[in-house]
Amino acid sequence: MDISQMEKLSETAWQIPASGAMRVPAIIYGGESLVRDMDEKVSEQLRNVAALPGIVRAAYAMPDAHWGYGFPVGGVAAFDADEGGVISAGGVGFDVSCGVRAHLTQLTRDRIMSVQAKHADALYREIPAGLGSHSTITLGEAEMTAMLLGGARWAIERGYGRPEDLERIEEDGCMPGADPAEVSDQARKRQSREMGTLGSGNHYLEVQEVAEIFDHAAASAFGLKKGECILSIHCGSRGLGHQIGTEFMREMAIAAEAGGWTLPDRELAYAPIKSDLGRRYLGAMRCAINCALANREIIGHLARRVFAQLFMHAELPLLFDVSHNTCKIEPHLAGGRTCQLYVHRKGATRAFGPGHPGVPEPLKPFGQPVLIGGSMGTASYVLAGTAESEARAFSSACHGAGRQMSRHQALKNWSGRQIVDELSGRGIIVKSPSQRGVAEEAPGAYKDVGAVIDATEAAGLAKKVAKLAPMICIKG
Amino acid sequence: MDAKPESPGSLRATHFSHDADIGVRGIGPTLEAAFEQAALAMTAVMTDPANIELKEAVQIECDAPNAEFLLVDWLNAIIFEMATRDMIFGDFKVGIDGHRLHGIATGEAISVERHNPAVEIKGATLTELTVVEDRPGEWRAQCVVDV
Repeated sequence: MDISQMEKLSETAWQIPASGAMRVPAIIYGGESLVRDMDEKVSEQLRNVAALPGIVRAAYAMPDAHWGYGFPVGGVAAFDADEGGVISAGGVGFDVSCGVRAHLTQLTRDRIMSVQAKHADALYREIPAGLGSHSTITLGEAEMTAMLLGGARWAIERGYGRPEDLERIEEDGCMPGADPAEVSDQARKRQSREMGTLGSGNHYLEVQEVAEIFDHAAASAFGLKKGECILSIHCGSRGLGHQIGTEFMREMAIAAEAGGWTLPDRELAYAPIKSDLGRRYLGAMRCAINCALANREIIGHLARRVFAQLFMHAELPLLFDVSHNTCKIEPHLAGGRTCQLYVHRKGATRAFGPGHPGVPEPLKPFGQPVLIGGSMGTASYVLAGTAESEARAFSSACHGAGRQMSRHQALKNWSGRQIVDELSGRGIIVKSPSQRGVAEEAPGAYKDVGAVIDATEAAGLAKKVAKLAPMICIKG
Repeated sequence: MDAKPESPGSLRATHFSHDADIGVRGIGPTLEAAFEQAALAMTAVMTDPANIELKEAVQIECDAPNAEFLLVDWLNAIIFEMATRDMIFGDFKVGIDGHRLHGIATGEAISVERHNPAVEIKGATLTELTVVEDRPGEWRAQCVVDV
């Protein structure tokens, strides 16, 4: 990306001043080399977002930003409904409420390693992963509606999870404002046998060791101890979210063309928040958020059962569950006053700072846990929201490393077998139904997650709490 | 599936790069043939179409305001049929009348062992979406699919 036209705000913040159709500036977070390495499309897409009606303060890109659908992946933008603000399906993405949850296993690395192969086999057997895999749960019409309204609460009421999990899930496990009447028959049909499934692509279930602690006080409050292990799950709203994303993206784009709106990018299509289409999308999208929260709760439950078979008294309390593809109404400062804004986070993690009402009580002094996934051989991170993140990007942080290589190139560079063997040599067991899928998701196909995390911290978006190293990885 | 130099209008199903996802491109002498090839390219994102037995045909109907949305609808309809029928398709036939499409996708039940599917496709997108007759007798239909 050409940074010559950008204003350097700090070592990790670069501003594109508002010009032309832009209503607000665009701000890209990241060190100079990360920003230079970003695709030119990121700045183009971010400038397009900055031109949308009702946008507040600025359009932001996180240090892991890359070319997305209308919005860049790693994009954050907030809109004021009273100022003609809009909602965009592209600003949320196809995998609505894709996110990460982390359970504390309270088991040492040695204990996991003593049964590592058996453990990996059992997790792989019990957690449906990859194309063509299905859940043992089938949802009929009434249960589907109950799930779309109840999210993780629904899952727990059905015996898939524990009530105490809810306070460690954003929105207490249930997104308000969901409207199942706006979820199509096709979306319901696609989801009917997918509850509690991982999916494929970059989704995973991992057992990870706490390899390094950066903030001892926060780590202690989070329950993170060096040498102990974490269970981490990365997935989203499965077929239902994909179908909702597809249908509303189409409807918004067709409405834009029919209305004669000139959009620089068709997937930037949007609907005014105060419109029938905007209201319908919000109702459906919130159902998809509930679907993702229920899905991750069920997978957590399935994984707990596996742990219980191998380790007596393993409870696996939930550290936190947070999404990175959402649009939510949140109070934020804008123009010297607090407004209710519609905050789009596409490939960006909510990162509330210390004291925020959305942070669970025991964690409040330290900020909300921000869970950042790696890619098989690479590290994952636990961060914590900061007070200054509110002013930086509406309390948002990065979500992962981001790809640096296409799937084709990864296939040319590696075979799945080679990756599995290489990681095995480093003590990491990878289980996947697809060798080709493993090759496409090779760790080397991703950017250096460490550089992304350092830039996130330096920019004040979130602070480092702990680094996690993979031991077992179940890939779709 | 890289494109090789071919005579105009010859059938080609190819891929093109996109940051995190992948583009599918169909080329053929007619609009319909280009749509068929784009669907075949989408299958090839998951598995080698040559390994798919053509056992069962599924009818697909789409209706869209223009040819580009029709392509996205066609690919998304295939994704929906794959997801809900547990099938994978290796052959496609398309008829287009104005803004209406009638298609037939033929394939078999997906087998993890035999098809070794690389990835599940979430949806066909409007990114890099183009349906165009590049030169007389050579149609191109393409878009990025989200994986």
